[in-house]
Amino acid sequence: MHRKFPLGLLIFFGILGIISIFIPHPSWEAFDGMLRNKVMLIIGAFALILALGNLIRVHYLKIKRRAKHWPFSIVTLLSFFVTSIIGLFGDSGANTMDGSFRTIIGTFEFDIMTIYFKILVPLGATMFAMLAFYMASAAYRSFRAKSTLAALLLISAFIVMLGQIPVGAAISKHIPAISDIIMRIPNTASKRGIEIGVVLGMLATMLKIMTGIERSWMGGGE
Amino acid sequence: MALTLPLVLLLLLSGPTGVSVQDTPSDNGESIDVSWEMPEGVAGLVDIVVQRAGPDEEFQEIARVATDMNTYLDETAQDKIPYRYRIGYSYPDTVVFSAETEQVISTPQWFNTNYFNVAIGLAIFAVLVLIFIQQARSGRELFVRRIAGLEAVDEAVGRATEMGRAILYVPGTGYIEDIGTIASMNLLGEVAKKAAEYGVELKVPNREPVVYTVTKEIVKGAYMEVGRPDQFDPDSVFFLTRNVLAYASAVDGIMMREKPATNFLMGPFAAESLILAETGAAVGAIQIAGCDKVTQLPFFIVACDYTLIGEELYAASSYLSREPLMLGALKGQDYGKAILTIFLILATAMSLIFNVDISGWFN
Repeated sequence: MHRKFPLGLLIFFGILGIISIFIPHPSWEAFDGMLRNKVMLIIGAFALILALGNLIRVHYLKIKRRAKHWPFSIVTLLSFFVTSIIGLFGDSGANTMDGSFRTIIGTFEFDIMTIYFKILVPLGATMFAMLAFYMASAAYRSFRAKSTLAALLLISAFIVMLGQIPVGAAISKHIPAISDIIMRIPNTASKRGIEIGVVLGMLATMLKIMTGIERSWMGGGE
Repeated sequence: MALTLPLVLLLLLSGPTGVSVQDTPSDNGESIDVSWEMPEGVAGLVDIVVQRAGPDEEFQEIARVATDMNTYLDETAQDKIPYRYRIGYSYPDTVVFSAETEQVISTPQWFNTNYFNVAIGLAIFAVLVLIFIQQARSGRELFVRRIAGLEAVDEAVGRATEMGRAILYVPGTGYIEDIGTIASMNLLGEVAKKAAEYGVELKVPNREPVVYTVTKEIVKGAYMEVGRPDQFDPDSVFFLTRNVLAYASAVDGIMMREKPATNFLMGPFAAESLILAETGAAVGAIQIAGCDKVTQLPFFIVACDYTLIGEELYAASSYLSREPLMLGALKGQDYGKAILTIFLILATAMSLIFNVDISGWFN
């Protein structure tokens, strides 16, 4: 039963999802929309309560037991409570100029978006900026002409990169054209080949799951 | 009796012809297609007037369209109400109307015929997969081509065992509804079984709370399946953060601190793919990656030892489990691709040699 019930649900909702693509009728659209939006929203609300309770419980126990990396749990709980207090007890922010959620606790005025823009965004940007260095090191490792194929990759990458910058056209007017050919023909062909395989793989996975052949997602084992 | 000049001009000017109306096909209702013939050389036109009349109503203008148009989609129509239409050529001083059309009623449809080819393709592929599954069920041995990245899974787990270090399994940064994540979940089950058999520590950091719940169940189930439930550490599968870059940063931290022997990077990834793969390469881990996003594959190919390209990610669980039924589905997938490849070659040849526009078949 503990396997048949989720599988039955999956088959039912999977078939609903597939046939919804082919049915444009408004009464079906309304039913599909109700399932996707309202039902999902209700499930999400319950899941949120469970998740918040679980987050507090897990990290509290880690601190209590002095488990591995327990100081990180303090940071997590502190961040959670600070953002929650600001978000829950703050002003709705309807009157703020930028539409952000301004929070006022006594005389202390704070903007919930400050945490996002002043902490999360710069941290994310820092991580993203590091990508440039990672790209350089990956390129250095891969663009070594150790074999014929690697040499071909190196040459084509060199032409494509030159074709994207003004220097390429200054060296020869043919470089941007060759770069364009490489990008439009062999590159697009290989991308499409992979994409066709991906779509077929998705369909096969869907069939495997819906026919109950693939059951790893339910937790493995019989 | 002398005719006035405007009346003479009106007699010379002709109205639109060939006006036809139909309920818009394959739609969700409240829409009517209006079309008319637009002969070349109609001089002096300002624009074209579209008028509509409901039951027992006078004609009212609903739109004016440019003179090079010969169709109009009336999306203000209501379902189940009969409408008549007429089209007028608008000149600077007058409008010359066509005859009014017959009545037309807008209704919603129950099947979108525009997707008929998709339905046929889906049905053919489903039948193909089901045939091979049936063949596998009847005991026929199926040959499946060798996939290097999956052959290396045993080697990767063995390396972790020898080095006494952990295996890090990153299930992508997608959501549970992403089919790439589902494929990663399926592969995780197989990797977890091997880790449990060899007694290697397996770490699964998650970005998505729902994915976390599923991965935890999968790993727990795998340990139970190989008869080692006591070895399962609930803290080995954990949630990190939903912020993708923060997640990448945390996983990089784990790689740098714990120096896992093997990294599996399987599932949907975005810009963080290279951040993860390069850090893994820097700590000297053997890396097996799999992704269905074409834009991220080059990063994995340059930074990882083995990469499952596109469909290979979906084939992984079937390939590793070697269950006949799963291999049947994999075989169906391969045949589906073969049929498409043959079709593409034929279509290209017909287009190049006989100048046949194949794309028109799919409109």
